[in-house]
Amino acid sequence: MEYFLIIISAIFVNNIVLAQFLGICPFLGVSNKLSTASGMSLAVCFVITLATVVTYLVNQYLLVPFGLDFLQTIAFILVIAALVQIVEIVLKKVSPSLYQALGIYLPLITTNCAVLGVAITVVTKEFTFGSAAPHMLNLAESTVYAFATALGYGLAMVLFSGLREHLALNDVPKAFKGLPVALITVSIMAMAFLGFSGIV
Amino acid sequence: MANKLSLITKGFIKENPTFVLVLGMCPTLATTTSAINGLEMGLATLFVLVLSNIAISLISPIVPDKVHIPVYIVVIATFVTVLQLVMQAYTPSVYKTLGLFIPLIVVNCIILGRAEAFACKNNWIDSALDGLGIGLGFTASLTVIGIVREILGSGSVFGWKFIAGDGILAFVMAPGAFMVLGYLLVLFNKIKK
Repeated sequence: MEYFLIIISAIFVNNIVLAQFLGICPFLGVSNKLSTASGMSLAVCFVITLATVVTYLVNQYLLVPFGLDFLQTIAFILVIAALVQIVEIVLKKVSPSLYQALGIYLPLITTNCAVLGVAITVVTKEFTFGSAAPHMLNLAESTVYAFATALGYGLAMVLFSGLREHLALNDVPKAFKGLPVALITVSIMAMAFLGFSGIV
Repeated sequence: MANKLSLITKGFIKENPTFVLVLGMCPTLATTTSAINGLEMGLATLFVLVLSNIAISLISPIVPDKVHIPVYIVVIATFVTVLQLVMQAYTPSVYKTLGLFIPLIVVNCIILGRAEAFACKNNWIDSALDGLGIGLGFTASLTVIGIVREILGSGSVFGWKFIAGDGILAFVMAPGAFMVLGYLLVLFNKIKK
């Protein structure tokens, strides 16, 4: 039951883009076409889940026992950068087709703040789901949370790119062209997602 | 002298990081719920930007080209950690309000962007001034967005309340952030022409 609540909350209620403002740059940057948006979502999903597991373990078994919590920021960004490199090399060898599909999106992910944001959130924030008392997430819960958050990212991205493809065909006033009208569209999407608040 | 001055002033209009370059959107949207929060986030970014620009312009001649991005990220992350420790010690309440977005300064593309585009090719004084200029421009834009959202959302400016009642709650929450930024971009496009 708790996992179910985590998933619903991470995808709809606290959607990473529309409620937490993480990963906005790639969200606005590569959402022009549905195909690139889904490619990027897939890559982000993969890296967020993997990075959260690894940084959780690094924090739990390396930083905390030695009292080095204050190095979290530096350690996490290094782990994420290294991980993205490794994933790139492994994918190239093991699954060239997936590597082709993710292509240029993989290296971009290092500077996607959603990855670092989720990694820091799960080790610093206390969560309450349903009637449970506030508590830190354990490894399994963190993994589920990270995966669900990434699904939420994908959902927002795919929905938005669908809207944007239609927007490109419309006659928009000159000063609104490009980013401004996109931001106003996101605003209306965020309003729609506010409707989910309170269900968990 | 005029040249040095233009390094500082370019961040406000010509190379404004928020409205012209459209970089660093996450803190721009998330922390501008009120004017004072926007100002504080801008100043925190300014601090890291100036110090990392100075350090990177000093070390860039000896950094091998192949590993320059990881090196720059570690330099930036170090200054962010310094900022975190300083804020925890002296301004714990601000640290708490800005929360996650202080460590996330590491992945703010403005900082890595300035390191790549300016600091690694110029001397440390110019780099410091460039960091100061872009940082002030960022602070100014965040404060403007914060002022607009605070007026509409809670009817006050910098905590000084001049409209009785609650204001439009949506402007303090997520939808208002996107909408205010969108309309300010429209305004900026109009003015620039």
